[in-house]
Formats: sequence, C-alpha cells, structure tokens
Amino acid sequence: MAGEVFFNMRGIDKDYIMGGETVHILKKIDLSIEESEYLSVLGPSGSGKSTLMNIIGCLDTPTAGEYTLRGREVEELDEHELAALRSHEIGFIFQNSQLLSRLNARKNVELPLIYAGVGPRERRRRAEAMLERVGLSDRMDHLPTQLSGGQQQRVAIARALVGNPSILLADEPTGALDQKTGAQIMQLFQELNDEHRTIIMITHDMNIAAHARRIVRIIDGEITEGGSVVDA
Amino acid sequence: MLKSIRSTFVMLGECISMSVDNIRGNKVRSFLTLLGIMIGVTAVITLISTVSGVSGSIASSFSEMGVGTLTVTVTGSDLKSGMTPDDLKKVSELEQVDGIVPTVTMNGRVSYGNQVETNIPVSGKNAYYFVLNEDLIIQGRSLNYIDDDNNSYVCVVSQEIVDTFFFGVNPVGETIYVSGLPFLIVGRYKEDSGGGIAAIFSGSPDIMIPYTTGMKINNSNEVNSFTIYLAEGADSETAKSNVEDLMDQIFDFEEDCFTVTSMASIEQTMETMLGMMSTLLAGIASIALIVGGIGIMNMMLTTVTERTIEIGLKKALGAIPWQIQIQFLIESFLLSIFGGLLGVILGLLISYALCNVLGTSFVINGGAIALGVGFSAAVGIIFGWVPARKASRLNPIDALRSI
Repeated sequence: MAGEVFFNMRGIDKDYIMGGETVHILKKIDLSIEESEYLSVLGPSGSGKSTLMNIIGCLDTPTAGEYTLRGREVEELDEHELAALRSHEIGFIFQNSQLLSRLNARKNVELPLIYAGVGPRERRRRAEAMLERVGLSDRMDHLPTQLSGGQQQRVAIARALVGNPSILLADEPTGALDQKTGAQIMQLFQELNDEHRTIIMITHDMNIAAHARRIVRIIDGEITEGGSVVDA
Repeated sequence: MLKSIRSTFVMLGECISMSVDNIRGNKVRSFLTLLGIMIGVTAVITLISTVSGVSGSIASSFSEMGVGTLTVTVTGSDLKSGMTPDDLKKVSELEQVDGIVPTVTMNGRVSYGNQVETNIPVSGKNAYYFVLNEDLIIQGRSLNYIDDDNNSYVCVVSQEIVDTFFFGVNPVGETIYVSGLPFLIVGRYKEDSGGGIAAIFSGSPDIMIPYTTGMKINNSNEVNSFTIYLAEGADSETAKSNVEDLMDQIFDFEEDCFTVTSMASIEQTMETMLGMMSTLLAGIASIALIVGGIGIMNMMLTTVTERTIEIGLKKALGAIPWQIQIQFLIESFLLSIFGGLLGVILGLLISYALCNVLGTSFVINGGAIALGVGFSAAVGIIFGWVPARKASRLNPIDALRSI
C-alpha cells in the first residue's frame, strides 16, 4: 500500500529509572507507518507496547533516537506545539473508554473540539455527525453510566475521530469488552480503515491483532517482527 | 488573531460550565468548603457594618452635644491662677464667639427649715447659659445678667430639690440655705437639663446659682474652666487660635497656662479611634477568610488528585497546560466568590439585627461589601493557584498511567 509516510521512528530507546536502576523499556525501535495503514502492535503485558503508544502519541518523549511525525522532529516541539499536534493529528482510544462521567455522550465527543477552539454550534454539529457515524444517533444525551461497554467505546471512538485526526491510536480497544461487542468494534475499525483512516491498535490478543493489515510484534522492548524503516 | 481570541472565549465559557458541573457534582464537599469563606466574609461585613453604625450614632450624639463648642481648662501661672469675670468677658466678645458658660461647681450642704442634706451638687451658671437653654426653666424666672453682676444670692432648683424639701409647697419665693448662706429660690428647672457635654461628665446639678456668687463661696476670684459657644458658621479651628491668642495675652505669654479643646477635634479623635478599631476587627476577621482560603486550597488539591485521569485525558485530547490551569482556577474562584456572596447576605442580615438590638442606625456599607467580595475573589485565585498549577503540570503519562 503506497502512501505518504506518516511517522518514522529510528533507533528509539526509552529508559526509566526505577529504584535507582535503569530499565530499558524500549530498545532500538525502528518503525514507520504510512497514511491509511492499519497496524497492530502485538505484545504481552510489560513488553513496552504502551510506552511505544505514548511515544507515538507524543505523550512521552524517547530517551534516544529520532522520531519524526509528518516530517517534524517531535523532540524539538514545546508543550504547546505538542498539545496542538495531539489535538490535530492524533485520536486516542483508551482501554476503558475513559469518558467523563458528568458529561453526556455528545458533550464527551465535543471535548477535543473545545480545546481546538471550535465554536459551540459547529462543535455540536460535528459531534452529532460523528456519533451518528458510530451508530449512536439515539444515545447522544445519555450519560456514560447509561450506556453499555460497547456503546461507551463507540463514544470514545467518536471522540477520537471528531477532531478529524490523521491517526487513530487505540490501546486495547476491546480489552474491557465481551467477544461479540469486541467484534463489532473491530468491524467499525475495519470500516474506518476502508475510509482511509490510519489506525494503530495496541493489543496482547492475537485474534484482535489479526484484524489489522500489518502486525508488529514487540517483546521485551524489541520489535521481533513487522518493523520497518523507511527513508523519509 | 481574531480566531484565537474567539477560541479563548469559547474555552472560558466551557471552563465555567465544567466548573459549575464539578461544583454541583460535589455538593456537600463544595458547601463545606465555601462555608469557611462564607463565615469569614460574614464576620468582616458584620463587624464593619456594626462599627460604622455605632460610630455614626456616636458622631450624631456629638453633634447634638454641640460640635460648635470649645472647652477651656485653665491651670494658670504663678501670678495668675485663673480667669476673672473681666477676662471671660473679653473672650465672649471675640468675633467668632457667641457666648461662654463658666464652670463653677461645688458640693454644698443645703438646709431648709429643719431639714439638712449634704453633698448636694451646686453649679454656678451665668445668664448666657439660660439663654442657650431657654426651655430649661419651667417655673419662675432664670438667672440673669443682673444676678451675675451683683453676686446675687438667688438660685434655681431642680425637681429633686423640690421633692426633697418642698413637698406640697411652692418653692419659688422660699429661702434655702446653701453652705450656710441664704438663697432666694427664683425658679425651678427641668430634671433633664440637657446641659451639654458638662452634664454628661459631672452629672446634672441640683441647684444653680450665679457663677459670680459661686466663685465667692469658693473663695476665688477666678474661673478655671469654661465652655465657649461659637457663633453660627464660625470655624472652630480659627476660633480656637483666636481664643488662644487672647488668652496668651491674658496670661502674659506664660506657657502651659491653659488648654483649649474643640469638640470637633474630640469627635475626630473618636472617629479615628473607631476607624482603627473597625480596621483591627476586620483584620482579625480576615484570619477567618485566610482559613477559608486554606480550606479551598485543600479541596482543590484533593480534586486535582481525584481527577488525575481526567486531566491526563484532557491533555491527550489536546488541552494545553494553560487550559487545564484556568479550569481549576475558575473552579476555586467560583467556589469562593459564591461563599463570599452568601457571606455578604448573611453578614448584612446579622448586622441589621445587631443594629436593631444596639439601637444604632443600619447603613449598608458599600466598602465593606466590596471588601468582602473582593477579598473572597482574591482568596479563590490565590489559594486556587497552587492546585491549578499542579494540575496543569501533571505529566499526561503519569496522569494516564492508572488507565
């Protein structure tokens, strides 16, 4: 699948100091991804896949190595530029959907637009359109507690998509769901990818990872399969 | 540029509505927290309003007593120990002076027939005193200039003397003995002589005699204390310095022979003291405000810890630190301004009740309200700053780790 390079990682190291000892979470990660790719990062817990996701999502910075996102050196960006980058380029989906319990579904979806400075009417329009897209047009005014796990995850997906990001970054998106609901979410991901959304999904479940077009295996902080280097 | 201003307003509006949601979501805790601010503001408002009510009524009773007076106390020099009637006359002829009332007091042994009473307060007055208090005499005549000039042995008596000595007898025309000297009673006066400031300090006399006669009984040619009543529209400071100039001449420019005190300056001193007192009390009450502020800080710090995930999430969704900080600041600001407004209302109610009990006039003190509201707003921002900053600096990774 030919497309523009979305990001490129070269020789990424991530060390944490825990109890005076340096722990190498990520070791010499080389990874690049192109527009419209659907990629899953597969690894057991403790393999460093969540740290990798944080670095991809610009929530964390690598200890060493080079990370360019749409041609920009992430290391050189300040906090505001990083926030803007997250706001425009990346849509996060977390394991437990992480909706704000005081806000209804529509308000939750509007949240990223608030930080992007979108006016209330436009915000509402886009949130409603996005909830419709994930099949929740009749649940817009429900609070998260009034929604099923699958519906909550759909709201989270709508929230991730509403800012029209270049990439969806999902951390165990089906981790808290039963198999049937999980399959529905996977179906939704497939549709989104068919619409040329770039998706990176992090999981420990081979069956889930198999939905992606490309699987990257990570064990003990090293990519054992599926990594690639593209000269940007 | 326009877009960024617009988006800032959008942000602020959302922050306010999110803050209100959060405050409402924690009703009990929010209420307990704003209680601290409320009590502080209530205390400040109550103290300031009550003290200003009290000082208002003190000021008005001062003006009733006569702001337009000067009180002169004479200690005298080695050569001249007091003011003679002629000296007093010179003072009363000054341009700004309407008249003077000398103070001559003694405690007399009073007898009528076989009845004897000791320690009766007797006061020497001049004719001008009765001109000033024209409603005083209710029977007979007052003491006049002729009595003053002739050292007449005449007197006017209070109701108490009438009750004591003249039960069922018309006192006017009778002769009463004061310190062994016979005085003809020419009049009777109202009990409450309303005799100005002197009456408050020395009690009202039971018998009034011409001051010249009083001086004679006291074996003195001089008066050591008198009150000057200023002419209408006279400036009390100018009058005071004129009186001082004149009296300097009378006492041959000897130093420290007399002091002239104006009522206006006493009132001013009183007002300054009350002002200081109310500032002091308000200062003490502000401690309650600071304690309330610490309560707010405590709650906000707890909130930040509780909402770590929310903060991390918002950062992941593109919130910049400033946006997180302003949301928490607005929350603590709203909390404390709300407490402040409740405190203002409660404080006004309490001070209204207090003023009714104390019998002073209730005045809504705009300054106190502004102070209460302003202070609570400031407390909200100052004590909300640290928690808000803490929230804004949370690393999104750490904040999201619990996910």
